[in-house]
Amino acid sequence: MGYCVPEQSGRNAIEVRGVRKVFGSGESQVAALDTVSVPIRENEFFTLLGPSGCGKTTLLRLIAGFDFPSAGEILLYGDDIAPLPPFKRPVNTVFQSYALFPHMTVAQNIGFGLEMLGKPKAEIKARVDAMLKLVKMEALAGRRTSQISGGQQQRVALARALAPQPKVLLLDEPLSALDYKLRKEMQIELKRLQHETGITFIFVTHDQEEALTMSDRIAVMSSGKILQVGSPWDIYDKPAERFVADFIGETNFLTAAITGMGNGKARATLKSGATIDATVAEGFQPKDNATVVVRPEHAKLTKGKGDLTGTVENVVYFGTDTHIHVQLDSGEAFTVRQQNTRSAGCGFERGDKVGISIGNDAAQVLRD
Amino acid sequence: MASAEEVAKAAERRDVRDRWLLSAPALLIILFAATGPLLIVLVYSFLTPGSYGDVRWQFSPEAWVSVFMERDIFDDTLSIAAAHVTIFWRSIKLAIVTTIATLALGFPTAYFMATRSEKTRDLWLFLITIPFWTNLLIRTFAVLQIIRNEGIVNAILLKLGIVSAPIQILYTDTAILIGMAYVYLPLMVLPIYASMEKLDFRLVEAGYDLYATRFKVLRRIIFPLVKPGVIAGSILVFIPALGAYVTPSVLGGGKNMMLSNLIELQFGQGRNWPLGSALSIAVMVIVMVALLAYVRNAGRSEVRHG
Repeated sequence: MGYCVPEQSGRNAIEVRGVRKVFGSGESQVAALDTVSVPIRENEFFTLLGPSGCGKTTLLRLIAGFDFPSAGEILLYGDDIAPLPPFKRPVNTVFQSYALFPHMTVAQNIGFGLEMLGKPKAEIKARVDAMLKLVKMEALAGRRTSQISGGQQQRVALARALAPQPKVLLLDEPLSALDYKLRKEMQIELKRLQHETGITFIFVTHDQEEALTMSDRIAVMSSGKILQVGSPWDIYDKPAERFVADFIGETNFLTAAITGMGNGKARATLKSGATIDATVAEGFQPKDNATVVVRPEHAKLTKGKGDLTGTVENVVYFGTDTHIHVQLDSGEAFTVRQQNTRSAGCGFERGDKVGISIGNDAAQVLRD
Repeated sequence: MASAEEVAKAAERRDVRDRWLLSAPALLIILFAATGPLLIVLVYSFLTPGSYGDVRWQFSPEAWVSVFMERDIFDDTLSIAAAHVTIFWRSIKLAIVTTIATLALGFPTAYFMATRSEKTRDLWLFLITIPFWTNLLIRTFAVLQIIRNEGIVNAILLKLGIVSAPIQILYTDTAILIGMAYVYLPLMVLPIYASMEKLDFRLVEAGYDLYATRFKVLRRIIFPLVKPGVIAGSILVFIPALGAYVTPSVLGGGKNMMLSNLIELQFGQGRNWPLGSALSIAVMVIVMVALLAYVRNAGRSEVRHG
């Protein structure tokens, strides 16, 4: 299939097995993680994506060792590390707030982990210099962490976590405090660092765009559960559940009757009467009524007839493309995204009667 | 009509005048209630003692000589005043030990308080300040009740068969230490708590993450960051501990004299006000020198740590 991601090596750096995390006790008990299992491969840029409170940071903290699971195992290259304190795990964290030590210089911050591991002074110095070079901070080695900018603090936090050469690097929304431009820069920087160091990265974010552009694989989480794991392409084009389809990008939901299955595809009859072929989510149980999703850019708007018909409600110009909101005759809403050109407008106006054609490879049937 | 410049100048003058008026009460109190009496003490220390207390207005360095020296009553030769040196040394030693004891007890207490939830923190803070509601003398007598031979501590020890006869704690230096540590503990806990409360505990997590054990996190991260509180607490405990009067009198039984008892003696039965004054000033100088050395030293090591 059309994966743009090279196949990863088969070894798992981390394997989360049946992990539950319950906070509080008795009546006020809350399950922050509800029996989560996921393997994370070696050298992979793995992202935990979800809204706040979905359990992604809890999972990261369990891997780091700041909290301990109520049940389940966390394997690091086959060994269960779940009961170990954080200082006994070859895993380092880049904190959302950076958590740089304010009473130490940039160089002392970066060398702290190595110093705690009892490495010889000369080795620490060489490694700190190498890390300073890696994050391009050589000139500021002697500065206090309070005397450098947010972006620079971010680099120091990265260098500090990478210096002890951890087997896995955990990143807890490290870019959320940066402004837009710096964030874009750091996204590229992070990918470069991951490539150069060859360390497995586990990245936590609530920003779907960040997740899509940076990750090798993404786990989408909601209310303590992992809903889907896959490449960005998988997650975007073949969402398994409504939550995944809704959380990532914009999408159109249509109700359809499943009239036949075969060859990995389903025949879905839409409310308009048109029948289309659609790919099927993993774990789909054949049933009469299902939800079909179509991304706005995968549908085509025509002046004549189509699979769907309706009236243009609104036309919104976005620079690179135009969003055309259509009220379907079946009562549902549908958005089409059309690439802009310089020479002509989008060609549709409010009130136009339009048809929408859905291509052969545009629709996906959800499992819920 | 006045120009803008004149108006601005007048406003500035008014501002300065108001500031002086507002600070006048405080300045007057400091001048007449603190600096003034201190100057009188300084002057008295250079005068001759009167026969029935008070002073005769006649210059004499004798009081200052007597702070650490002793004049032989027969041949007027000077020798070190062993009694005074012993008292100075005991007082300083007890003040230092009290400071260390309150630090050892207060640091974990402050840590415990700072790591509670926001609501319970206020409760703990409230509980810590409860001893301040009671008179010092009453609190000291309460300690006396606990540690005396027939007191609760000895009763329990005897009941459990750990000792066969009551341990003599009361009227020893240990009793003074226990009393002072108890009385001054809040003065150590509060400033450390104030620093600890501002401590970002994510730094502690970062320390653990970077392979620092619990002890190393304490020494390399928590302690350097709450050091201002530790310094403030040590000063707040050391100064009153060095000049403590009530606690040593009650718990030490007046057997082992402390600096404050010695000074009191000179103004009372000793009828040697100049010596009392000289001793008071000497204690002040010692405290000031000790504090300067302590603060400078603490500041320097902070720079060295980075």
